[in-house]
Amino acid sequence: MSTPDGLHDIAIETHSDAGAYPATGNDLPILHEIRHALQRLAQSGEKTVIDLQAIPMAPGEEERILQLLGRGEVSATIDALGPSEVRETAFAGVWTVYHRNTNNEVVGKFIEITHCPDLLHSQPEDIATGMAQIRETLAELESKQSGDQA
Amino acid sequence: MTETEFLNWVRGPGMQIALAVFIVGMVYRVLENYLIGRKQSLAEPRGSEWTHGVGTMWRRSFTRAKLTTRGYVTLVAGYIFHIAFLVTLFFLAQHVEMFRSLLGFGWPALPPLLITITAVLGIAALLALLAHRLTDPVKRMLSDYQDYLTWFLTFFPLITGFLLINRVGIPYKTLLATHILSFELLLIAIPFTKLSHIITTFISRWYNGAIAGVKGVQS
Amino acid sequence: MKDTRTVGEILSSQGISRRGFLKFCAATASMMAMPPSMVPAVAQALSNARRPSVIWLSFQECTGCTESLTRSHSPTLEGLLFDSISLDYHHTLQVAAGSAAEEAREHAMQENDGSYLVVVDGSIPLGNPGYSTIAGISNVDMLKETAAGAAAIVAVGTCAAFGGIPHANPNPTGAVAVSDIIKDKPIINVSGCPPIPIVITGVLAHYLTFGKVPELDDLGRPTAFFGQTIHDRCYRRPFYDKGLFAETFDDEGAQQGWCLYKLGCKGPVTYNACAVSKWNSGTSFPIQSGHGCFGCSEPDFWDSGGFYRPLSATTADVGTLAGVAALAGAAAGAAIGRMNRSHRARAQARHEKLTIDDIEES
Repeated sequence: MSTPDGLHDIAIETHSDAGAYPATGNDLPILHEIRHALQRLAQSGEKTVIDLQAIPMAPGEEERILQLLGRGEVSATIDALGPSEVRETAFAGVWTVYHRNTNNEVVGKFIEITHCPDLLHSQPEDIATGMAQIRETLAELESKQSGDQA
Repeated sequence: MTETEFLNWVRGPGMQIALAVFIVGMVYRVLENYLIGRKQSLAEPRGSEWTHGVGTMWRRSFTRAKLTTRGYVTLVAGYIFHIAFLVTLFFLAQHVEMFRSLLGFGWPALPPLLITITAVLGIAALLALLAHRLTDPVKRMLSDYQDYLTWFLTFFPLITGFLLINRVGIPYKTLLATHILSFELLLIAIPFTKLSHIITTFISRWYNGAIAGVKGVQS
Repeated sequence: MKDTRTVGEILSSQGISRRGFLKFCAATASMMAMPPSMVPAVAQALSNARRPSVIWLSFQECTGCTESLTRSHSPTLEGLLFDSISLDYHHTLQVAAGSAAEEAREHAMQENDGSYLVVVDGSIPLGNPGYSTIAGISNVDMLKETAAGAAAIVAVGTCAAFGGIPHANPNPTGAVAVSDIIKDKPIINVSGCPPIPIVITGVLAHYLTFGKVPELDDLGRPTAFFGQTIHDRCYRRPFYDKGLFAETFDDEGAQQGWCLYKLGCKGPVTYNACAVSKWNSGTSFPIQSGHGCFGCSEPDFWDSGGFYRPLSATTADVGTLAGVAALAGAAAGAAIGRMNRSHRARAQARHEKLTIDDIEES
């Protein structure tokens, strides 16, 4: 029986992606855009959202941008129609928001320049639903208690 | 005709027609000239026909101080145009690919930046020559419609090609098809106009040199 | 049964939180190639939108477009979208078959007359209607009948949009595009072979959200996705600009990721969103995996002179032509040369020398 040892004799050269593709230069313009957005946020409180899916990226470029942005103090996971990861970057006020579906596939990638991404706030509609629910729960508990006392 | 049909036509049948007209026309022109023939010279040759003929073909590519008496515009712009046009035509990578598809072989191309420069020089030289033709009274009087037609046919591929590399709002597909068409129009016009000098210049240079060579005088 | 609830009501009845809905809207806006600042408007419009009835007609096609759609990378969102539209007829996907299926189509047409959306994939054979029939009805009849009461038609895939592969030379079935038959309805062409799934859903989402046809280019394609060429958005573009081209699929240039123009890439003349949206969960697209663009979202892409021929190259064979032309030129030249010579000989023969006597006489 022949062994697969023969394969080792074949010289295999590996080329890594990193470095092989000079970046298309998306990183600098994006950082500049973020800088301007931060300035607007500081001066007038105006928020900015950048859709990373709308930018044609070279292989490895998105990773490079995320690496440049670094990690900050806050990270959170929202569990709504699949997990969403919200992270503050090393630059305060600059957040990354990655939406995933229930199959854990990315469906949205955003950089948000804001004090706190909107999605982290409890939403008024959900608060209304929550109020209704807590009333219901209370009513149930109270009727149970009054039943017990009787 | 849609954009796509237009592009497909100029890349296929259009190019076939243009090449057929160009080749038939040029072979015809050259052969017609050749067959006029010369009377057999009975004098003893005092020099070689060939060395003088070929030498003159080469030497007349350069100018002489005497020729500048009528001003520099035609001379300088003429040189710039010819060199720029030839470099642009033969050394843009896309053009080399076209020649490869026609001839079956190619050659190394020059960087696009350099070709952009030669294209701009070619365009500028042509504009200068047109301006000179329109303003110089003697040149203007000597010009007929063919001078303006050939000017346009040479200018058209240069300008569409320049726009194509530098993307100025016009859709690439339309521009590419127009650019190829402009080249085909130029090819078709060559045998019927003074543009046939791309070949006949060298024949007449050779002829002048060869005659002088046989007589043993300088050409 | 006709469902009159709004999309917002449908989603909240499924227990989806506002956060979930906003996330859905953010992803949908991104899918529709809209700026993130549009998300609130999308949310507003979407919560009040009513689910449209959709009739999906499959003609001369390979089901690749349906595959593309159902394999699209965000099943939850698409699932939600499909909950938000009422897909009343799709003979590949629906459970009903035979006359029951056709009844579903007729029912949907009657109930939603004037407001339903027709999606077509595949071309329509006009050569002989018998080439492609559904339930004994020819494609052209079914299209005309179904389109009559439609609000708009979405031609999904290059076959439906431009005739596609069935239309390719020599077009044995006489295949034509939807727009060749239907002239009085708005038609949205979502071309591609297949179209990018997110582009199909993006167009449907746009219609669902805003209830109208998006802005289209001169070929009827939504400019949001087909507004720029692959070349314009290609990450290999800098190599094109520098004149760095791969010469073969495995040379040093190819390994360095250089431009694929010389290997026949049709990116400069192809309008599509591949370079931005990419394929397979945004993993890659043909150029990124080392192959030039085919131009599959353009009309006649199959007959455009070969996938591996550079755009600037001539597509016709010119070898024989050049030989024949040279011979013809030579023959004509030789003939005129002979004529010139005999003309000269005759002139010389007729020539009489002028003598001093002739002059004195006159």
